[in-house]
Amino acid sequence: MSGIIGKKIGMTSIFSANGKYIPCTVIEAGPCVVTQVKTLEKDGYASVQLAFDEKKEKHTSSAMKGHFEKASTTPKRKLVEFKYFETQKNLGEVVTVDLFAEGDFIDVAGTSKGKGFQGVVKRHGFGGVGGTTHGQHDRLRAPGSLGASSWPSRVFKGMRMAGRTGGDRVKIQNLEVVKVIADKNLLIVKGSIAGAKGSYVTIEK
Amino acid sequence: MSTLLKFVEDQLSVKANHPKFKAGDTVTVNYKIKEGEKERVQQYQGVVIQRKGSGSTESFTVRKMSNSIGVERVFPVNSPYIDSIVVNKVGVVRRARLYYLRELTGKAARIAEKKQ
Repeated sequence: MSGIIGKKIGMTSIFSANGKYIPCTVIEAGPCVVTQVKTLEKDGYASVQLAFDEKKEKHTSSAMKGHFEKASTTPKRKLVEFKYFETQKNLGEVVTVDLFAEGDFIDVAGTSKGKGFQGVVKRHGFGGVGGTTHGQHDRLRAPGSLGASSWPSRVFKGMRMAGRTGGDRVKIQNLEVVKVIADKNLLIVKGSIAGAKGSYVTIEK
Repeated sequence: MSTLLKFVEDQLSVKANHPKFKAGDTVTVNYKIKEGEKERVQQYQGVVIQRKGSGSTESFTVRKMSNSIGVERVFPVNSPYIDSIVVNKVGVVRRARLYYLRELTGKAARIAEKKQ
């Protein structure tokens, strides 16, 4: 599965050729440098490690400096491993947004925005308590019953309750590539992707 | 807006060349409607109650009374389906969003015209 690392720039809308108004996400994708190649013989599985986004040398540890030097590249901020890359890649090779073409369907994974401690209505889509009659005046968004009483005399594991929401890795599948602007390393996809502006995403084909 | 986003909008959207108008103005929007193979132009006249957004996602809302029922339509400013926009009246209003017009009917819903 071929892939690339990108950065979410933001969203806009464009009119397509057939007059449809489509919402689009703009992603700055690559250029990425191959910093490590894992092989089936040596590592037990085949993968390619890509590096993206410049970083200052003074912010790089000596160990990482050596790692980047092996691929004869400058220090990078984000490293991601892609398993079973479709084409053979060598150390130091550059992967660009040319990997994708207009009309391709891609998967984009990012880290969703953190929402903090949230109740069950927002976190799990509970309906809340329907009405405000029969004494239900102060529990409109309450979870309701957690289970039966004397059996099982406990709350089952995995019961959906309130808690930390967002900040998870979310992959959106089958997003259509609307446009590729190769000279600016931009990828424009139809629809939205997870995460804040400026956050890193991995794009897979 | 980030410069890269602006670059994409400049590249991918065609900026429409319409006359200047703002909330409170009365406009006629000539809107192209496709019916099968044929295309015709429909007129929609009313008061602009807001302009919203920026860049290629900017839109405006036009409100009119149709047989004493209020109708509001939202148009993207850069829509290729807008044939032309004619400004009929320039109004004097003290707000950018004229939501208060929704509560008013008849004489109370009039907007003063700007004196030349």
